[in-house]
Amino acid sequence: MSTVDASDASGGVQAAAATDTSNYLTASRGIASWMFTRDHKRIGIMYLVGILTAFFLAGIFALLVRTELLTAGRTIMDADTYNKFFTFHGVIMVFLVIIPGVPAALGNFVLPIMLGAKDVAFPRINLLSFYLWCGGAIFLLCSLVMGGLDTGWTFYAPYSTISKEPIYGVIPALLAVFVVGFSSIFTGLNFVVTIHKLRRPEMGWFDMPLFVFGIYATGIIQILATPVIGITGLLLIIERVAKIGIFTASMGGDPVLFQHFFWFYSHPAVYIMILPAMGVMSEIISVFSHKHIFGYKFIAFSSLAIALLGFLVWGHHLFVAGQSGLVSMIFSALTFAVAIPSAIKVFNWLATMYKGSITLETPMIYALSFIWIFGIGGLTGLFLGTLAVDVPLHDTYFVVAHFHYVMAGTIFVFIGGLFYWWPKMTGKMYKELWGRLGALIFFVGYNMTFFTQFIIGLKGMPRRYYDYEKLIDVIPGIAGLHMFSSIGSYVMAVGLLMTGFCLLQSLFRGRKAPDNPWGGASLEWRTTSPPPLENFNEEPHVGDPYDFSDLEWDKEIGGYVSTGIRKPATGH
Amino acid sequence: MAEAVPTDSPEHAKHSPHLAHHFDTPLQQFDSGKLGMWLFLATEILLFGGLFCVYAIWRANHPEIFIAGHHHLDKTLGAINTVVLILSSFTMATGVYCAQRSIQKWLIICLALTLLGGLGFMSIKFVEYRHKWHEGLLPGTSYTYDPKVLAKENLHENVGAPAEPETHAEPPAASTAPAPATAAAPPPEQPAAAADEERSKIALAPAGPAGLRMEPAEDSESGDETVKNVHIFFAIYFCLTGLHGLHVLAGMAIITWLLLRAIRGDFSHEYFTPVDLGGLYWHLVDLIWIFLFPLLYLIG
Repeated sequence: MSTVDASDASGGVQAAAATDTSNYLTASRGIASWMFTRDHKRIGIMYLVGILTAFFLAGIFALLVRTELLTAGRTIMDADTYNKFFTFHGVIMVFLVIIPGVPAALGNFVLPIMLGAKDVAFPRINLLSFYLWCGGAIFLLCSLVMGGLDTGWTFYAPYSTISKEPIYGVIPALLAVFVVGFSSIFTGLNFVVTIHKLRRPEMGWFDMPLFVFGIYATGIIQILATPVIGITGLLLIIERVAKIGIFTASMGGDPVLFQHFFWFYSHPAVYIMILPAMGVMSEIISVFSHKHIFGYKFIAFSSLAIALLGFLVWGHHLFVAGQSGLVSMIFSALTFAVAIPSAIKVFNWLATMYKGSITLETPMIYALSFIWIFGIGGLTGLFLGTLAVDVPLHDTYFVVAHFHYVMAGTIFVFIGGLFYWWPKMTGKMYKELWGRLGALIFFVGYNMTFFTQFIIGLKGMPRRYYDYEKLIDVIPGIAGLHMFSSIGSYVMAVGLLMTGFCLLQSLFRGRKAPDNPWGGASLEWRTTSPPPLENFNEEPHVGDPYDFSDLEWDKEIGGYVSTGIRKPATGH
Repeated sequence: MAEAVPTDSPEHAKHSPHLAHHFDTPLQQFDSGKLGMWLFLATEILLFGGLFCVYAIWRANHPEIFIAGHHHLDKTLGAINTVVLILSSFTMATGVYCAQRSIQKWLIICLALTLLGGLGFMSIKFVEYRHKWHEGLLPGTSYTYDPKVLAKENLHENVGAPAEPETHAEPPAASTAPAPATAAAPPPEQPAAAADEERSKIALAPAGPAGLRMEPAEDSESGDETVKNVHIFFAIYFCLTGLHGLHVLAGMAIITWLLLRAIRGDFSHEYFTPVDLGGLYWHLVDLIWIFLFPLLYLIG
């Protein structure tokens, strides 16, 4: 059924409902039909299940770490276990959750539909990249079983190359990073080719939704940066096994070289995490303001600018690692430059909301949270990019708070995007009250946890410390701040659990979703919920993805329908 | 070669058995495959780029390591391998040309020759590796190269006793020390004379750009043996050529698959995408070697 089509809108809902028998979920049955599927929508759903499982696991590690820090001295675990737990929290969150989160799960599902395509360019490679992700997850589990990993997610030499006792978990963890890296490369490659070659012929570059631009910029970084972490991981494995002495000073190597290699990927990886989230933001903000996006081309090009500049700033992680002053100054200046395209996006979102008819459904609450959280995360990034300020703040809780504000911004948008496309993915509506409540509790808990850590960091507490008993006399109030931060993490957990239950409940009890519950204008809202196997029952009509003028609220079906009068696509 | 490109007409598409369901035309499918392959090649270049970067930084900071190390590589074998790979690239390119024009017989011949080239390359590489293994020119703690021990072994070999791995049992224990004194080694003055012929093959590290050198090469009386950390040259050598060798093997697997399909008669002017993309991959593998050869063998 495609009620949004012009002829259908006048034809009536009942006639269309009769054809509503087959969708991508019901097209074939059985486990094998999922395991060997090449349908981008099913692969997206499988990614989603995997990523949410990993998110749950990493969240448990985070809660354990915060519980240890609840009181001074030993609370629930010893120092070695603590090191392993924060490492696993970081590695799982970064490599298995945030990097693939928005592109591989949400992007896989909606990107081809947004382009009016039947699938991604290479469906088999798409499935392969999901299984590579699974392989990486299995390697990480091996690492956990084989004695763990205590290097921190950054794998710095010499922690990762030599350690006082053999920790065998390093090698499987590095293999995990290598394998997940290839998963990420194949996803990015697939999307870039899909965007270039599989758009509907009448859809020009500037007729694409901005989410697609975000994914495109992400794809470029994934293609160009990820191989470097791949080779770095391989070199570390060889270094650990054969003691070749590239990165370890005691074997004649250079540990700072490792840091350069690591951050050459891992800083652009920050933009792999944030750019797709920014794309989702542009969708949600415009749709829930029911107003055309402001500054389309500026947002589109700022994504590309961030992708480009993101490659040139990795040195700001090495300001205190013995980098030359001149190099540090250049990296510092380039770091400030990234703030410009980021700010362009934020101001365009604000301008989109200005005089819009804002409705506060759950996705919009997550989007507004993102503006707050990314605003703080981005601005504190400028503090840390300033040479003189970075020296005292380096490796303190201030840094921890900063990057959590940025990275968890992605988590907020990931969940927001999940709520936004949930009706499309599952065909079910969730309970708005629980969604909103979960979002608010998550937001409050989040700020309790991490805003406190800005203060802890400013007072001078270094990150990754197991204990702060001896700091109590030096830093007044630190015990209270840590306790407050830990309590915040419990609040966050309550909010997230509530969110999870809200979504699960909708699967079983949810009202049937209309094709266009929010009034979105891009193509995924112009097909059925859930979409049919090849995405469209009829050829989609490409138009301006932010022109909502043809959409009208239909009380009977509880969603928006098209009246058929649309601005045509520009075609360039 | 406009006539070699797949057709763009949707009517024709209906007849093509190779068109996947989500593409509208064979041209769209061909273009997608090609763009995907080029992007994949970009990732391959960056994968090697990491190693080239390691090479560049170490060579800039410690040129003497590279100069001391590269004398142990066999330029002749390296040059032969270069020629072998370039020739195999030529046969590959000819194969693509034949596929585009449905010249079945020559496509099969070209693919077989390319495969043979890859095999030849790997065989020569194997000979080189075995030689390094034998001399203990290995990365890291496995680096046990010691001209004195080798000179003795060569004597044995001349007598006729093959150098068995057991003869290496001692050197590994000697670790990475520049001139490990094994139990059998005579007093210090004597080996300097005994190893004379070995050293004559190895030129002294010339005075490189002085500002870049971190460790003075002339901190001791004898020449190359005092260069510290030569094992790092071999770490880089084995990482670069090893990764390249893996790519050659992958390329050979692809060409074998193409060959089998070509024999089955899958390719014609209407459908040659796999041959084209496999060819691109093979050329990249070739290209990387063209950088590796001068960077590793022809320095100093």
